[in-house]
Amino acid sequence: MSRWLPKTYLTLVYVLLYLPILVLVVFSFNNSRTGYRWGGLSLQWYESLFNNHAMVQAMWNSLWLALSAATVSTIIGALTALALHRYRFRGKRMLRGMLFVVMMSPEIVLAISLLALFLLVGLQLGFVSLLLAHVTFCLPFVVITVMARLSGFDESLPEAARDLGASDFTMTRTVLIPVIMPALLAGWLLGFTLSLDDVVVSTFVSGPSYEILPLRIYSMVRVGLKPEVNALGTLLLIFSLTMLMLSQWILTRSKR
Amino acid sequence: MKETLLSLKNVSKAFDGKTVLDSLDLDILDGEFITLLGPSGCGKTTLLRLIAGFEQPDIGSVILSGHDITHAAPEHRPLNTVFQNYALFPHMSVYDNVAYGLKMEKRPKDEIRQRVDEVLAMVQLQEFASRKPHQLSGGQQQRVAIARAVVKRPQLLLLDEPLSALDYKLRRTMQAELKRLQRELGITFVFVTHDQEEALSMSDRVVVLKDGEVQQLGTPREIYERPANLFTARFVGEANLFPGYLASVDESAITLDILSLRRTLQKPTFAVRKGEQVNVLLRPEDIRVLAPEDEQGLAGKIVERNYKGSTLDSVIHLEDGTEVLASEFFDEDDPAFDYRLGEAVRVSWVDGWEWLLPVELEPVNEEAEGLATDA
Repeated sequence: MSRWLPKTYLTLVYVLLYLPILVLVVFSFNNSRTGYRWGGLSLQWYESLFNNHAMVQAMWNSLWLALSAATVSTIIGALTALALHRYRFRGKRMLRGMLFVVMMSPEIVLAISLLALFLLVGLQLGFVSLLLAHVTFCLPFVVITVMARLSGFDESLPEAARDLGASDFTMTRTVLIPVIMPALLAGWLLGFTLSLDDVVVSTFVSGPSYEILPLRIYSMVRVGLKPEVNALGTLLLIFSLTMLMLSQWILTRSKR
Repeated sequence: MKETLLSLKNVSKAFDGKTVLDSLDLDILDGEFITLLGPSGCGKTTLLRLIAGFEQPDIGSVILSGHDITHAAPEHRPLNTVFQNYALFPHMSVYDNVAYGLKMEKRPKDEIRQRVDEVLAMVQLQEFASRKPHQLSGGQQQRVAIARAVVKRPQLLLLDEPLSALDYKLRRTMQAELKRLQRELGITFVFVTHDQEEALSMSDRVVVLKDGEVQQLGTPREIYERPANLFTARFVGEANLFPGYLASVDESAITLDILSLRRTLQKPTFAVRKGEQVNVLLRPEDIRVLAPEDEQGLAGKIVERNYKGSTLDSVIHLEDGTEVLASEFFDEDDPAFDYRLGEAVRVSWVDGWEWLLPVELEPVNEEAEGLATDA
């Protein structure tokens, strides 16, 4: 009896976590037009998805935005983390505190305040406003990821590099960055994911000139669930699984 | 007479208002193995970091072969450091770690390869060139750290407690290996340790530091046999310190009452007057433990005995309550010799081996302080 309990429990957890995803994947290949009734295998939803020009455009927009937002926030975040780690300066605690405030504050608050700010400075809503907003909410996650790595960083490594004749810049390039690379990658991936599936902030700060995928899906779903969405979900799932495996592969390789 | 390679002149350093080094002067000679010895917090690591360039003195200067390098960046100093935790670059192979310094000098590829191979052979790590640091044992990592530092052929090699992470046996092997390397390379070694045994066995000269001040600078023999003050006497090796009362003083000799024994000794280098008190230092191996029926010496009884392999160490309580540490070698006449606890003995010492130190006003005894906080 007690042997079966853990197994049942574990099965239940897996079923609850992955059944919805499984349903989505299965029904993306469904040949039935209406509802959730199985009508045989088909790739028609994939076909209609790729013929949906607006949808494909939104996908590319989203990917481009996520790529840019993740890269920009990784650069700024890594520099911020380094500054917080290496130097003592006035307002350091405040800066660190503010990062947590951004992370903890409800997304809706961030969304409204960013919108108000953009309207105030007269920034046209579109790619730039989306990028700025996404960098804002990705930044604290990158900083925290990199800081965690730096806190376990052996302080004598940079000293050893300097001692062996490296300038501060060369040391940063050849020792510091390679050693914290896993954290930079992790931060980048985190930023990429956060940016890719953000709805709340994006709803507020995007304009008609630049439509992104989550918002497109959301508007599609509002008029009724089309099986195309299942196909899209499956593609996104494959994409994120690939990213995940890639990052794991890079991480294990860098440890060796 | 060797030439001075590096001098520290009137160097002071404080962190957050706490003085770590206090107007310190030190000359390091070319080609010597000099050890900075002291308890933790004595400033020995700070001193090393000042020489390496990781810290800068508040006042004073660091002169290397006639050039003032006080404010030179670490990468511009012709000296290298072996770090306490080795500080090997985890993302590079052993070969790349060792080659790093030469790459920074922008040496030609062939020269780098040749010099790295040479130095890896010297530390017997040729087969490990392509390994990553975490695939090596502690002793091997240690040797990579040394190879990485000496491949640049520095004028001076700084070693910050490089053996403290190794187990006893490996430590002894590495001590010998370091000595061999130093002889072969002819590089000046500045070695930091808190282990007095290590300091005595490896160095040409030892600098004893306490609270950022040099207590004594001398050969290991001078430090051990003729300590300059009570701190050095107690810190380096075990010590019996007995009060001695001056019964008479003349031109070259003095008479001293030590634990109710009267001895005539040479006059010490410091000023003494009749009736004054001095400290008499006797190392445990100077003490002779005699049979209870012997006429010489003082009566006491054994309160502790420790078998140490090559010696038998004992603690003896004299009748007046004084505690005496004795350390005796086993000899061929009596290989089974031993004491029972409580056994009555008499205690004497080798005449003329007494070392006299002036009485110091001790502000607060550190040990007493430690006990007070423990309680």
